[in-house]
Amino acid sequence: MKILVAVKRVVDHAVRVRVRPDRSGVETDNVRMSMNPFDKHAVEAAVALNEAGRADEIVIVSIGPKQANDVILTALAMGAHRGILIEAEGRLETLAVAKLLKAAADEERPDLVLLGKQAVDDDSNHVGQMLAGLLDWPQATFASGIKVVGNGLEVTREVEFGRTTIAIPLPAVVTADLRLNMPRNAGLPMVMRARQKPLTVRSIAEFGVDIAPRLEIERVSPPPEREGGRIVTGVSELAAAITAELSQLETL
Amino acid sequence: MAVLVLAEHDLGTLSASTARIVAAAAELGAVDVLVAGEGVDQVTIAAAAIAGVAHVRVAQSAELNGLSAEALTPLLEHLAPDYTHVIAAAASVGRDVIPRLAAKLDLMPVTDVIAILGPNRFERPIYAGNAIETVTSNQPRHLLTIRASAFRPAAQGNAALIEPVDASGVVAVARFVAAHRTEGDLPDLSTAQIVVGGGVSLGSAEKFALVEQLAGKLGAAVGATRAAVDAGYAPNDWQVGQTGKIIAPDLYIAVGISGALQHLAGIQGAKKIIAINSDPEAPLVKLADYALVGDLFEIVPALIAELERLGVKR
Repeated sequence: MKILVAVKRVVDHAVRVRVRPDRSGVETDNVRMSMNPFDKHAVEAAVALNEAGRADEIVIVSIGPKQANDVILTALAMGAHRGILIEAEGRLETLAVAKLLKAAADEERPDLVLLGKQAVDDDSNHVGQMLAGLLDWPQATFASGIKVVGNGLEVTREVEFGRTTIAIPLPAVVTADLRLNMPRNAGLPMVMRARQKPLTVRSIAEFGVDIAPRLEIERVSPPPEREGGRIVTGVSELAAAITAELSQLETL
Repeated sequence: MAVLVLAEHDLGTLSASTARIVAAAAELGAVDVLVAGEGVDQVTIAAAAIAGVAHVRVAQSAELNGLSAEALTPLLEHLAPDYTHVIAAAASVGRDVIPRLAAKLDLMPVTDVIAILGPNRFERPIYAGNAIETVTSNQPRHLLTIRASAFRPAAQGNAALIEPVDASGVVAVARFVAAHRTEGDLPDLSTAQIVVGGGVSLGSAEKFALVEQLAGKLGAAVGATRAAVDAGYAPNDWQVGQTGKIIAPDLYIAVGISGALQHLAGIQGAKKIIAINSDPEAPLVKLADYALVGDLFEIVPALIAELERLGVKR
C-alpha cells in the first residue's frame, strides 16, 4: 500500500495567539510554528502501517511557504520516505488546498490519503472530506483506530454518541483524531537521516488549480473578555452560589 | 428561496440540537428539514413539531442509515438547487458531510458559525476561539455548519408538511461494523443547561464518579477534559474543548480542571463558571465567576451533602 500524508505548518498549539491591532488577522510574526498536532497522528498512523508491513511507501505533502520544509522534515524523521512541498505564499482556503492535494493524489496514485481532522489555526475540519469528494473516494473522518482488513480498512470514528466502526474499501481518505495513537519523537539520528531523504519543491502554478479565495475575511476580532470573579471561602458559600444560580434558571 | 437543514438523529431520536439549528436557519429564510434514513417516523414527527419548519422532506432508504457522507452527498447535491443555504449542526454528521458536499458543488463552506449577521455574513471562531473571524461569502449558495450552543432553541408546537424525497439511487459505500455508545440517561452535553466537568486530577475512572454524582444531584450533563478522556477516566463523547464538544450552559462547574487553552475553547459560551481546584493560580480559577480553592476530594462530597441539606433537587 502507498500512503500520502498531508501535513500543515501552523502556529504551535501551545501559543496563545493575539489579534493584530488592525484586525486583519492574528499575529504570526516571531511566533513558534510547528506541525499541526492532528497531522502528527496521521504521520504516526502511516509509519505504524509501514512498520506492520501494510504499507511500503509513505509520501508527505505540505502546502505553504519555504519554511514548511521543517514540518516535512519532522515527518521524514518519524519514518516517512519522501516529501513534496507545494510552495505557496499567503493564506489558502481549504477548497484550494483540497484541489492541490487532489492534483498531488492524481500524480502519486496512493491507496490511502491520511490527514489530521482539522488544523489548529483556522479549525476548519474541511480538507479530508473535500479531497475525498473531489477524488470520489470513501472517507472515514475523526479516526481513533485504523485496521487493515482484507482489501479495505476498518476505521473507528469518534462521533457524537461515542464511537462507531465502519468498513471502507480502498482507495480512501482517513482523517486522524487525537486518540488514534501516540506520535513518536524522532531521535537525532532519525532527524539527520531525514535530511538525506528526497524532498521535491514544486510551485503552486505547476498544478493549474484555481486558488482564488471565495470568502472575504472582513475582520478578525478578539473574543469577548471574561471578567474574573471571586474566591469563595468554603463549601456552604459555594453551595449558596450554586442554589442562587439554580433559582435564576427556574425563572427563565 | 428557502433554506434546508439536515437533521441529525440517532436510534430513532432527533438530535436535541435541531431546534437550535432551525432557530438559526429561520434568520435566513423559510426552513425545510431533511430527514434521511430508515425507520425515521418519530424523527420526522419531532422535526415537524419545531416552530418555523415549513416542510419536512423525508428520504427513506436503508442506504442512508448511519448518515454517511458518501450517501448523503449526492442526495443533498440533488436538493441544493432549491435552496439558498444548506445547513447542518457543527456535529459529527454535519462536519463529515458539508465539506464533501461543498467540494462537489465547488463552494467554500462556512463552518462552526456562531453568529449570523446577514444572508451572506457570518462569524466563526478560529485558533480555539482565541479570535473570531467575520466572513462574507459572495457565492451563489451558502453551505454552513452552525454551533447549536450559540443559538436558543425554536419553540415546539408546529405541524409542518411532510413530503417524501426520492432516495432510490442513493448508495452507501461504508459498511457498518459496530457502535460503541456511552450508556446512561444524562442530559445531552451540547445543549445542557448545567454541565459538571472533570479533569485528569480526579485520578481514576472510579474517582471520576464523584463528578458524575455532583452532576446527578444537579440534573447536569457530564463533561471532561481531553487529558481525562485520554487517561480513560471518561468516554470520548464527554470531551469538551477545541476538538471535542462545544458547550454553552447557563452554569459550568469545573472540578479539578486547570484550564488549558484547548479546554477553554469549549466553554467560552458558558454564562457562569464555578471552579473547584487546589491551585489558586490555575487559569480557570482566575476566570471563574466563583472559585473554591482546596482539595476536590474533600470539597465535592461536602458540596453534595450541603446541596442535599438545602433540598436541591432537579
